[in-house]
Amino acid sequence: MIGLEHYLGVAATLFVIGIFGLFLNRKNIIILLMSIELILLSVNINLVAFSSFLGDLVGQVFTLFVLTVAAAEAAIGLAILVSFFRNRGSIAVEDVNVMKG
Amino acid sequence: MIQADLNIILPEILLSVYAMVALVAAVYTGKDKLAPMLTWATAGVFLLVGAWIGMNGEGSNVAFNGMFVDDAFSRFAKVAILLSAAAVLVMGQEYMQRRGMLRFEYPILVALAAVGMMTMVSAGDLMALYMGLELQSLSLYVVASMRRDSVKSTEAGMKYFVLGALSSGLLLYGSSLVYGFAGTTTFSGIITAVGDEHTPIGLLFGLTFVTAGLAFKVSAVPFHMWTPDVYEGAPTPITAFFATAPKIAAMGLFARVLHDAFGGVVGDWQQIVALLSVLSMFLGAIAAIGQTNIKRLMAYSSIAHMGYALMGLASGTAYGVEAMLVYMAIYVTMNIGTFAFILSMEKDGQPVVDIASLNMFSKRDSLKALAVLLLMFSLAGVPPLVGFFGKFYVLRAAYDAGLAWLAIMGVIASVIGAFYYLRIVYYMYFGEETDALDKNRAPVLQVFIVVAAAAMLLGIVNLFGVDGAAQAASAALVN
Repeated sequence: MIGLEHYLGVAATLFVIGIFGLFLNRKNIIILLMSIELILLSVNINLVAFSSFLGDLVGQVFTLFVLTVAAAEAAIGLAILVSFFRNRGSIAVEDVNVMKG
Repeated sequence: MIQADLNIILPEILLSVYAMVALVAAVYTGKDKLAPMLTWATAGVFLLVGAWIGMNGEGSNVAFNGMFVDDAFSRFAKVAILLSAAAVLVMGQEYMQRRGMLRFEYPILVALAAVGMMTMVSAGDLMALYMGLELQSLSLYVVASMRRDSVKSTEAGMKYFVLGALSSGLLLYGSSLVYGFAGTTTFSGIITAVGDEHTPIGLLFGLTFVTAGLAFKVSAVPFHMWTPDVYEGAPTPITAFFATAPKIAAMGLFARVLHDAFGGVVGDWQQIVALLSVLSMFLGAIAAIGQTNIKRLMAYSSIAHMGYALMGLASGTAYGVEAMLVYMAIYVTMNIGTFAFILSMEKDGQPVVDIASLNMFSKRDSLKALAVLLLMFSLAGVPPLVGFFGKFYVLRAAYDAGLAWLAIMGVIASVIGAFYYLRIVYYMYFGEETDALDKNRAPVLQVFIVVAAAAMLLGIVNLFGVDGAAQAASAALVN
C-alpha cells in the first residue's frame, strides 16, 4: 500500500536533488534551470499528495498556480540566459564571473 | 459580496490596469519615445495611489475569504513602497535617458513589481503570498538585466534569477509542508493549528523553510550572496530601486507571516530571526570595509541595515514591529538620498563608482558634500541624526524582549560599520587632490539629496509622525 509518506519521500528526494543540482553543478546554466524546475515540481507532488490525503481541494488549486508561475519563471530565465549568452559568448557556470562574489 | 471584495483591492486593480494600458499604448505608438512620459506618469500614479491609500483606509478589512488583508500595517507598508518607488523613478529618469537605457518597459515593470509588493504586504494566505512574491520577483529579474548590451547587467540578472528562484523554491516547499500539516493555507487557519499545545514537527519544518526563503528576499546572511553582485551589475537607478521598495515589501511580508500565521510560536522563530540578524549586522559591517565600489558598499550597508530591521522583528512584540517599520522608513529615506548622490557622480559624462574619486569633493560642491555628510552620519547611526533613532528603537525593542545580548551585538556591529561611512566623509573633506568629478547639478538629484539630508536633521523633532503611524500599524498586526 502506497501511503502519504511515500509521496512525501519522493518529493523530498527530488527537492534535495534539485538543491544539489544548483550547488554542485559546475558546467552549464541550463542545468541550473532544470534544477529549479525540479524543485518546483517536487513541491507540486507534495501539494497534490497532501491535498488527496486531507480531502481538501486547495492544494490542487495551489498546484495550478505553481505550474503557471513555473512556466513564466522558465521563460524569463531563458530570456535572461539568451541575452547573457549574446554578451559573454558562453553559458558555462564558471564564466559567470565578471563580478567577484 | 464580490463587490465588497473588489473595493478592498481596488488600488491593486487600478495599478495593474494602468500597467497593462501603458504597455499596450507604448507598443502601439512610438515605443521608446513614450518612455520619459511614461516614467513621469507612473511616478504620478504611484503618488496618487499612495496618497489615496494613506488618506482613505480605515480599520481592518478582509477580502476573498481572508486571502487579502487590508489593515493599518499593510497601508503603512504600501504608502512607503509607493512613495519610494515614485522617488526612484523620478530620480533615475534623466540618468537613464542620457545613456539610452530608458526603455518603456522600465516604468511598466516597476509598476507591476509595485503591484506584487502591495499584494505581498496584504497577503493573508500562502497562495496570495506566493503570487505577490513571484509577481515582484519576476519583474525585478527582468529589470536587473535591463541593459541588454552589458555583460555586467545580464550577469547580475542571471545571478539574481537563479538565487531568487532557489529562494522561491525553498519558500514554496515550506508552504507545502505548512499546508499539509495545518490542513489549510490561510494564515488565520494556520495560527489556530499552530496554537495547539503540541505543534507538529512538520509545521516547524515548514516554518524554517519559509523563513529561509524570506531571508533570501531581504538579503539576510547567510542568504545574501546575490546582493553585492546584483547591486554592482544593475544600472544605478535600478540598484536604487532594489535598495528601497522591495526591501520594505519583503520585511513587511516577513512580519506578516511570522505574526499572522506563526504568532503562537514566537519562541520557535525568535532564535532563527535573531541569528539572521546578528550574522547580517556583522557581515554587513565587516565585509564593507574592503570595498572601493560605492554600489557594492551600499549593498553590504543594506545587508547590515536589514540585520537591524530583523532585530526589531526578532523581539516578537508589537513594539518590535513598530521599531522595524520606523527603521525601514528611515532606512529608505537615507538610501534615496544616498543613491541620488551616487547617480550624480560622474566624470566626463561617464558614471563613476569608485570611492576614491570623491577626494576633496567638499571644495568643489560644499552644499552637496554637507548633505552627504549628514546622510553618512545618519546611516552610521551617529546620535543627533534620525538614523540614530531608528537604531535606538530596534535596540530598545530587543532589550525589552529579553534579547540583551542581541542589542549589545547590534551596538558593537554599528561601531564597526561606522568606519566605512566615515571613510567616505573623510575622503570628501580631508582626501588628496585628484581628478575632479564633473559638476553635476541636475536639479532633480540636487533636490532629493538636500531634502533627504534635511529630513535627517529635521526628523529629530517628531520623526514626521512616522512613529505614530508605525504604532497603529503594529497594533493592527500583533494582537
